[in-house]
Amino acid sequence: MVSDFAPTRFRDPQIDMAHGAGGKASRKLVEGLFAPLLFGAAPGPLGDAAYVDFDGTAVAITTDSFVVKPLSFPGGSIGELAVNGTVNDLAVSGAKAEALVVSYVLEAGLPTPILEGEVRAMAKAARDAGVRIAAGDTKVVEHGKADQMYVTTTGIGRLLHGVNVDPRSVRVGDRILLSGPIGDHGITILLARGELDLEADLRSDTRSVLPLVESLIRAAGPGIRWMRDPTRGGAATSLNELARDCGLGMVLFEDQIPVRDTVRGACELLGLDPLHIANEGQFLAVVSPEYADAAINALCLAPGGSEAQVIGEVREQPAGTVLVTTLYGGSRILDMLVGDPLPRIC
Amino acid sequence: MRFVDEFREPELISKTAEEIRRLAGRDRHYRMMEVCGGHTHAIYRFGLKDILPENIELIHGPGCPVCVLPMGRIDDGLAIAQEPDVIFAAFGDMMRVPGTQGSPLEHKARGVDVRIVYSPSDALKLARLNPEKHVMFFAIGFETTGPSTALTMMRAKAEGIGNFSVFCNHVTIIPAIRAILDSPDMRLDAFIGPGHVSSVIGCRPYEWIAQNERKPIVVSGFEPLDMLQSIVMLLRQLRAGEAKVENQYKRVVPWEGNRAALKAMAEVFQLRPYFEWRGLGFISQSALRINDKYAKFDAEQRFEVPGIRVTDPKAAQCGEVLKGVLKPHQCKLFGRECTPEHPVGALMVSSEGSCAAYHNYEHRKAVTVSLSSIA
Repeated sequence: MVSDFAPTRFRDPQIDMAHGAGGKASRKLVEGLFAPLLFGAAPGPLGDAAYVDFDGTAVAITTDSFVVKPLSFPGGSIGELAVNGTVNDLAVSGAKAEALVVSYVLEAGLPTPILEGEVRAMAKAARDAGVRIAAGDTKVVEHGKADQMYVTTTGIGRLLHGVNVDPRSVRVGDRILLSGPIGDHGITILLARGELDLEADLRSDTRSVLPLVESLIRAAGPGIRWMRDPTRGGAATSLNELARDCGLGMVLFEDQIPVRDTVRGACELLGLDPLHIANEGQFLAVVSPEYADAAINALCLAPGGSEAQVIGEVREQPAGTVLVTTLYGGSRILDMLVGDPLPRIC
Repeated sequence: MRFVDEFREPELISKTAEEIRRLAGRDRHYRMMEVCGGHTHAIYRFGLKDILPENIELIHGPGCPVCVLPMGRIDDGLAIAQEPDVIFAAFGDMMRVPGTQGSPLEHKARGVDVRIVYSPSDALKLARLNPEKHVMFFAIGFETTGPSTALTMMRAKAEGIGNFSVFCNHVTIIPAIRAILDSPDMRLDAFIGPGHVSSVIGCRPYEWIAQNERKPIVVSGFEPLDMLQSIVMLLRQLRAGEAKVENQYKRVVPWEGNRAALKAMAEVFQLRPYFEWRGLGFISQSALRINDKYAKFDAEQRFEVPGIRVTDPKAAQCGEVLKGVLKPHQCKLFGRECTPEHPVGALMVSSEGSCAAYHNYEHRKAVTVSLSSIA
């Protein structure tokens, strides 16, 4: 039988952890295998959510699975992540989450208090984010076949008026905004695993970014070109995807990028780059230059947005690439994350 | 952030860069080798090349222990990892380094028990926590990490821990520098000396470079200001026609080194007659093995080691790049067959390898510049 599906390009012999880390390998898997078979030959840029049209009414839809270890960590837990992650994917796609459905995969032997704690965390996060959990499903697998619990949430959202995000609308001269300090979540998780014998006073940044996105849209809606929440793979990966999708260069000013000292310190020790570290409560936005001041003012005045910054601008060169300019006039290419961030020692 | 920001102060950096431009003048070309992979990484990460004058050329040296490890050693280590009830523990640096059957991470994905540790003592902790398993620590590094491996083995011996061993790949820096200097196609004016290695071995072991080879060497820290200051010190020596060993990294490196660390290494290790380096070939007395007193903890003696030898692909020009004869992008494989995701040659393997650093931080910048200069 002749297949009428678009040709696949994914040639890796097996699935490795890197394919799930959000960086280059993940992109190869999605673009080389999933997209051609599921979305057809030329699906366009792949965003955080898809738009589906019902008789003239567009809704945004997205889904995300959560497999974090440990289940809870300073500042949050898997339940909160599962709600906020999906709410945020919709928010940066210009939509307000209206309803979530949730699926649990539970490992036999999971203590009930742990499950109850996570379900409570989800209920609270959903209430805080103003979203209803409308339906759910549960599967239990044998002990040892899963790591305590996995949660998948799927959300549908109503499009917010006055904003249209599309990487292809990004222009030279646009400003790149970041809602607050990066790296808190990823470093918190790395330390919470307890394998590194390092301790730091740090909490995950998990939260709904919807209120900040709404403030931004009210102040600068027509100027917003693109938004993304830089989760796995960090800001570096999100901006590389944007650079590729719009064919322009993203130039970042290193001294403008907000990073807490604790995160910087941990990254220096471990040989990691904060720009590659995951976040769960921040977002990036590209805004046209005439709206940049209004945008940054609105973010800074909104609760939880006081550390927002313009961190760079869009230039013609280096096309398709992210360039970081250092304090003293040097520069370096910032690539996507390759595989998981691993501590370097020697 | 203390102890970091002071050494990244923009005003001091631009002043130092100005001093470098003044000293370097325009009358000649300077070729300086930074021996250590940490320096290579810092040069690219901080974009230091952009602020140096064109007549100062930095050549990236052999000081990345991951890069110079022959693939056969990784295969040997992973062969042991596949013995029943063995836990393979190694630094994060090793995890993506390919063997012929894949990297440690790829082995982990296939079910081999591979753990990332932050120090050898964490591997020993794993052994205590898993008495029914055998923990093998895959040790790599120059004199920087050698002492912590040695101290961990001394502790294992003192505690009588029976389920712990070390697969030792420790190498020493001096023979590698000598091999580079002995190479006939080598043209170097000076060395930026390794910082962390020197915190253990001190500065004396470099004296022959100054006295016999007449090359200045400055032991340097890793922050932008450290490296620029070291270049100033080298230029001053070169302008004055001097060749001395100087220590820029005094806040970390004692001139005599760290006696306690050296003593621990002497207790546990002895020199191998020779060892293979990727890109440089066999170098005599350039690596350490575990001595007979600690044979019980030597994975090479406890297990059947296949002793695999894998030659680098002929087309890879790692040796030429290591010696500074070629720039990373001048190698035939660079950016095509050989990328950080699929490294063919040694120097693409670790982010401290000169090819990987060049690929990650510099490569597309160069492409952009050359395209715009054509237009």
